[in-house]
Amino acid sequence: MEFTKLFELIIAASLINNFVFAKYLGLCIFFGVTKKMDTAIGMSLTFTSVMVISAGLNWIIYEFIMKPLGLGFLEIVIFIGVVAGFVQAADTIMKKVSPGLYYRLGIYLALITTNCIILAVPLENVSSGYNFIESLFFGLGSGIGFSLAMIIMASIREKLELADVPKSFQGLPISFVITGLIALAFLGFSGLITL
Amino acid sequence: MCNKFTVKKISAITTILLVFSTTVVYAGVGGEIDVSGPIDLKQLLIFTLIFLGGLGIVFGVALAFAAQKFAVKVDPNVERVRDILPGANCGACGFAGCMGYAEAVVAKPDVSPNLCSPGKASVADAIAHITGKIAAAVEPNFARLMCQGGWSKSQKKYKYEGIQDCRAVILAGGGDKSCRYGCLGYRTCERVCPFGAITMTAEHLPFVDITKCTGCRKCEAACPTKVIEVLPASSQVLVSCHSKDKGVNTKKNCQVGCIACGTCVRVCPFDAPLVENNLSKITLDKCKVCGLCVPKCPTKAIFDFIPHRSKAVVLDHCIGCLICMKVCPVNAAYGEHKKLHVIDHTKCIGCGICTAKCPVQAIDGTFNATEVFAAAAAKKAEKAA
Repeated sequence: MEFTKLFELIIAASLINNFVFAKYLGLCIFFGVTKKMDTAIGMSLTFTSVMVISAGLNWIIYEFIMKPLGLGFLEIVIFIGVVAGFVQAADTIMKKVSPGLYYRLGIYLALITTNCIILAVPLENVSSGYNFIESLFFGLGSGIGFSLAMIIMASIREKLELADVPKSFQGLPISFVITGLIALAFLGFSGLITL
Repeated sequence: MCNKFTVKKISAITTILLVFSTTVVYAGVGGEIDVSGPIDLKQLLIFTLIFLGGLGIVFGVALAFAAQKFAVKVDPNVERVRDILPGANCGACGFAGCMGYAEAVVAKPDVSPNLCSPGKASVADAIAHITGKIAAAVEPNFARLMCQGGWSKSQKKYKYEGIQDCRAVILAGGGDKSCRYGCLGYRTCERVCPFGAITMTAEHLPFVDITKCTGCRKCEAACPTKVIEVLPASSQVLVSCHSKDKGVNTKKNCQVGCIACGTCVRVCPFDAPLVENNLSKITLDKCKVCGLCVPKCPTKAIFDFIPHRSKAVVLDHCIGCLICMKVCPVNAAYGEHKKLHVIDHTKCIGCGICTAKCPVQAIDGTFNATEVFAAAAAKKAEKAA
């Protein structure tokens, strides 16, 4: 097992090609839950776990069924379908198995299906030709990157409530400006490692 | 069994539709599949159909199974309560929407069943019946406007051309009216009311239809000058003005504003109005809604919300106790001890005090007659029981 490759994958997915700041994906959830820190943390945890599992699931379905049968053109449809089904099952099971966890994090589950990153990661796994473990680590890296993005944004937005923002910029406009500034900062990571 | 079949059917239909939409245009392109030779469309189609259909079936079965095995018992009472509630999600109860209140009232023992103000008594009783709690009688609240300065009766500071909403006008120097405590009249409350109880008159003042008003307080929250107040239904005589400016200035700004002259204080037999900060306010627990102050106010700032005051009439079972003569503020009742009393209609103002005070409920005709009789009958029934 090439541990360096796996470690590089995590760094690449979370910092260098951060899905929010470098690829502008998953923005509507990003802006939606970062108003408060606890919703951001809840979403990060749920998202990372769903991401890893669905990356694995999608890889298995792609590798063993779609590739041999030549059904690669169906990847978008199938990946979203698999994620939706898995999220629904997870929702039902979590409700029964641990109601406490469901009460804290359950609302985020349904939101994740609408997240673009959930589709982007398996598609990238396919196009880059990663193997199973590499796909899982790529998913983990994207989850870590998304969590990092949301926690940074949430902490800034909480402070923003008390700041003197012009009336026409309050709420979403100033958040977009700030995301752009953070994205500029994250550009500093480019070239950190070359895959 | 029913669940499983429907889920399968739906997933099958969906997958078939998806297959036909995708394969026709994009057959053989994408992923890591390179087109190296002629494409066998028939085989591709068959594989796609089997795969998508199979995946749909697998997921359908798995989800149906999960739904069965991991089903959480929802208290059916919550659904029943939710069905009775009006469903406006106005938040007057203090919970997050009607579902929030339904869950809270069923689950928690200290949540009162009469918190739904749009639902009024019928909903409170129904909820009390389902949850086994006792519904205390709650007096309804109505939105009342505390300003009569319509655009023809009041002065404006400047001409406003902007967003036609009171919340916008208030940002431009506290509103375009000279009186900064008055109703701006740009229809914010009309827009915000979820029950359509508020309509704007030609004078640009909101008119509250009390048959539709539920006291949900949305208009009160939205009004930027806080000139619309939600008060108990029984407070029907109010000083319809909030102006804390000196009388001289109030008169300049508006023809119908309160100038704090104190006439109402002198006239009131129950000592209800109180003048503070250049404004008269009627203390609601002292006011007996007799309406004596209304014609006496020099600027007509006091508004009587009782639409029509019919005069009192003495019924046959009067016992001649002389009480109505003692309580009448205009001395309209007269009669001798132990003989039938009479009410002089030229003097009677329909204030309803005698109706309330009569020990045998022998006076009828005033606006509060039905309530007084009903309350007396209830008391009698309680005593008998």
